Order: sequence, then structure tokens, then C-alpha cells
Amino acid sequence: MSTNLLALLPELVLTITGVLVMVLEPVIPAGKSRKPLGWLAILGSLLSGLAAFYQLQIVNAQGTLTAFYSTIQIDPFSIFFHLLIAAVVLVTLLGSLDYFESPITHAGEYFALVLFGAVGMMFMTSSVELLMVFIGLEISSISTYILAGFRKGRATASESSIKYFLLGSFATAFFLYGVALIYGATGSTSIGPIAAGLAITRTPTMAILAVAMVLIGLGFKVSAAPFHVWTPDVYQGAPAPVVGLMSTAPKAAAFAVLLRFLFNGTPMLHGHWILLIEILAVASMCLGNLGALKQHDVKRLLAYSSIAHAGYLLVAFTGTHQNAVAGACFYTATYAAMNVGAFLVLSQLSGFSERIRSIEDFTGLALKRPGMSALLGFFLLSLIGIPFTGGFFGKFYVFSGALQNGHVWLGIVGLANSGVACFYYLRLLAAIYSRPTSDSVAYIPVRKVTAPAAVALAATALATLGLGILPNKLVHLVERATPTTTAAVAVQPTQQ
Amino acid sequence: MQTHYIWQYIPLVLQILVALAMAGGMVAASFFIGKHKRTKVKLGAYECGMDPVGDARGRFSVKFYMVAMLFILFDVEAVFIMPWAVIYRQLHTITGQRLFGFWEMVVYLGFVAVGLFYVWKKGILDWTNTSSRGDL
Repeated sequence: MSTNLLALLPELVLTITGVLVMVLEPVIPAGKSRKPLGWLAILGSLLSGLAAFYQLQIVNAQGTLTAFYSTIQIDPFSIFFHLLIAAVVLVTLLGSLDYFESPITHAGEYFALVLFGAVGMMFMTSSVELLMVFIGLEISSISTYILAGFRKGRATASESSIKYFLLGSFATAFFLYGVALIYGATGSTSIGPIAAGLAITRTPTMAILAVAMVLIGLGFKVSAAPFHVWTPDVYQGAPAPVVGLMSTAPKAAAFAVLLRFLFNGTPMLHGHWILLIEILAVASMCLGNLGALKQHDVKRLLAYSSIAHAGYLLVAFTGTHQNAVAGACFYTATYAAMNVGAFLVLSQLSGFSERIRSIEDFTGLALKRPGMSALLGFFLLSLIGIPFTGGFFGKFYVFSGALQNGHVWLGIVGLANSGVACFYYLRLLAAIYSRPTSDSVAYIPVRKVTAPAAVALAATALATLGLGILPNKLVHLVERATPTTTAAVAVQPTQQ
Repeated sequence: MQTHYIWQYIPLVLQILVALAMAGGMVAASFFIGKHKRTKVKLGAYECGMDPVGDARGRFSVKFYMVAMLFILFDVEAVFIMPWAVIYRQLHTITGQRLFGFWEMVVYLGFVAVGLFYVWKKGILDWTNTSSRGDL
């Protein structure tokens, strides 16, 4: 197999499966179940995970792979994110196999779009060329814009999709403008040559502006404050399994791009961007947690919590290169496990119609759905960061990395915020385990949890628990993942 | 003899002149030769088949948007094929492989064909059949 094909193997598998789903969708008669397409998509995500694992064996034996004129780089860093994205997609698909089981929900397109989105996210993590990153960003964004509006006919769904699309396009323009400026400052859009070009650039101010622009664009994608305003509205209107997916996998991809770009591409400007990162981190933690305090809608509450978690993740960037990569990778993995899990529970509880939404609706839930309540409680405890859950070690690595590098006050702000966060997570938890009000539980329909959804729930719960009890396995993996800059110079257009 | 580079643009100027003459000639010819029936619709401002004056919030069929979107898609496809076709004979010297450029375009057209297949089977090209599945 040629190096080019090998380097894109997971993306290729997902693309082919996605196209197959798209071709088969209109062939299946209108009234028939779309479940076989769902199983096909699940098979595709499983195979792409295996393909990423195969790449890991190759990289272990032969070292980093580069392909397509050094625009794609396959190293343990990108493979980690490939595996993470494949796992999130797999779990999401398993959990939503029955969620979209209705003639009006376009289940076939849903499965295809999830796969296409994953292609874009994977592409972002393995590109070392900013224009390639942009293409991946667009593929993943456009898929998620559509997915956000999948509960068609509801005003909140249209609001969610349109808001995400308009603001997302605006943010992507910032990213692209940053790329253009960095080309102006360094003469390249590849990570390696950018780092080399920064050393001799005559326009350092332009380069700083470019880094700020890229930070705005990606800051939007990870919903870091002050670019977070879209998050609650979009998460509220989007279907719960989609929120689980888009609050974790695209964010992981955007954080991967940030890690590569900041640490490998612009280490010369470390003194400048570290300040911006600190501002983003503190603003996200504070605004996220304070905003969540007032929320009644559970999905909005988790949206604000997701902003706060983006802030915690940005704290990791203040560590040394190796600490930052290890901390951020570990945190994205644990956050993916617990957040996908929490939204899976929500989707199983309330179904496509999402009748139960507010904290009041959850009052006394434990009496009617003890198993689901326990699972949701466990994910909430992990989001707080209670020991023996993945969330605890995630926060531990992030904050210890920042403290070791002398950012004590950032650690203090983070820990204070974790205290604030306890309040709203525990408010939801208390509602679940309190005596039901006269009519709160009566309206909750008991939906049967199907086998694939049960597997997905078990997988997320086990991952959250496993990362809390045996974090070493993942720590060893992520500590190796620090990407190096390739010396290879990207192909420049020949100029006369 | 070294000529000024601006003379290289002479063919372009000629092309522009020919294009202007063609377009102007056609309009002029139909103006002088053709019959003129001045109706209200014909004299109104042309606005893609819509009434140019009236409430902007009128509703019209979603099929307008469908066709517009498909048009953009296949238009952009043609835009991508043009530069490829222009440098096709030199592609193998750029990529270093004889048929690399060819297969890249086959893959690309394959994706477009899959899109066309999807659109066709979904019944979006079918304007008359009300029971079609063009319910996107």
C-alpha cells in the first residue's frame, strides 16, 4: 500500500462507508427501517478505529509517516486523536441507533453525516498544513451544522442550526484570515516552515495578529469564552446524541490543531500567545461556571459546563510542551467519555421529542429510573472531578502541569471554579434523588433501553471509571504523543 | 527584439472586442429584425421569474431552492474540472506519476456522481410527481 493511502486509511474507511450509506439510503423504500444503515456506519467507525490502530503499529515500527507532499503527518499524537474520534463516533452511533427510528427523522442522512463529520475531524488532527486543517475544519463543521438542526420542525432546532452555521462561518473566516496573515509573515502555511519562517520574519506584529486570529477561530470551535455565546442555544436545540458528539469530538480536533499550531508552529511567540490563552482560560472557566448556576434547562446547564471544561483544558496549554500535550490529551479523553455518557443518558431518558428538559422535570427521577439516574449521577460526579472518576485525574494533570510551570494563580482560579461547579451539578443530582413533586415523575415515559444503547452507556461509564482508577495506561500513551516538527519543507508553488 | 510585456495582452483585448461585438450584435440584430410586442410582463424588470414588485415575504416553492443549490454544486464542479483539463498533459511531470492526476479526477467525479444519484433517487429532479420523496 502506498504511503499516501496508508496515511489516510481511517479517513478513507469512513468516507467509503459514508458514501455507501448515502447511496443505499434512497434505495431503501420510504417506510422501511434505517437500522441496517446504522449498523453499516457502526461497522465503518469500528474499522476506522482498527485502521488507526494499524497505523500505530506501523508508526511504532518505522517512525512518523508523512504523506501528500508533507501536508499529512501520522504520529502517535494524530493517532491518539483518530482513536478518540473513532471511539466517540462509535459510541454515538450505537446510542442513537434507535433514537432516530422514525420515518420523519432522516436517519440514513444522520448516519452518513456523522461519518463525514468524523472524516473532517480526523483530517484536522493529522494535517500539518493550515489550509488542509481548514478543509478538515469545514468538512466537520458543515456536517455538524446540519446535524444540529435534525429535530426538524421545532423552532429551537432551526435556531440551533442557523445560529451555529452563521456564527461558525464567521469564526472560520477569522481562522482563514489568520492563515493568510501567517503566510504573509512567514511565507508558508505549513507548521514546520512557519516555525522556521518566524525566526527570520521582518513582520513579527503581523505574525502575532495571525496567531490571535487563529486563536479566535479555534476558540469559537472549542466554545471558549468570550466566543462561547452560541453554545447554550445550539446545544439546547440540537438532538441529545448529536450534542454528545459535537461537544467532544470536534473540540478534541480543534484542541489538537491548537496544540500543534502553538507549540510546533509558533513556539517563538510563546510569550505572546500564553497571555491570550490565560485570558481565554480564566474567562471560560468563570463565565461557564457562573452562567451554569442560573440554568433550568439541563442541556443548557451542560452547555455552560462544556464552556467551563474548555477553560480547564486551556489551562493545560500553560504547561511545558510535553505536559500540555499529555494533560490536554488526557482531559479530552476523559471529557469525551463522561460528556458523551451524560448526553446518552439524556437521549435515552427523553427520546427524540425531548419532553423532559428542565431540572424540575428530573425531580424524583431516581424512583422511576434508578439505573439511569445512577449512571447520570456518576457522569455528573465525574464532571465535578470527584476521585475515582476520570474527571478527577483529568483536572489533576491539567492543574499540576500549570503549577509546575509557575502558573500558580491560574491553578487557584481553576480550583475555585471547580468548587463553584459543584453547586450546579449537585443541584441536578439532588433533584434526581429528591422526593418527586406531584406530577414531575408521572410524565416521564419509561423508554426501554435497547441493547446497542446499553452497550454504548456501559462503554462510556467503564471508560470514565477506568480512567479514574487506572489512569496510568492512558498517561503512558499520551506522554509519548508529543508531536515533533517535521523538517520537511512543504512544496512551494514555483514562482518565476 | 524585446517587446514590452503589455503586447502579450493583445489576444485578450481581441477576445474582449469579439465578445462585445457578438453580444452587442445579437442584441442589436434582434432589436432591428425582431417583432416587438410590448406586454406588461416583458417590460417589467427581470427578476428570475418572480414578481419584482410586491411583498418580499411571499412564499414560493422549496423546489426553487433545490434547483438553485444543485446548480451551484454542479457549477462549482465544472469550475474545478476546467483548470485540471487545461494542465492535464503536464500533470504527470508535476505529480511524478503517469496516471495520478487522472485517477484523482475519477475519484472526484465519482463523488459528484454519487451526489447526483442521491439527488435523483430522492426525487428532487422530479417536479411533477407529488408523491416523490423530495421532502428534504
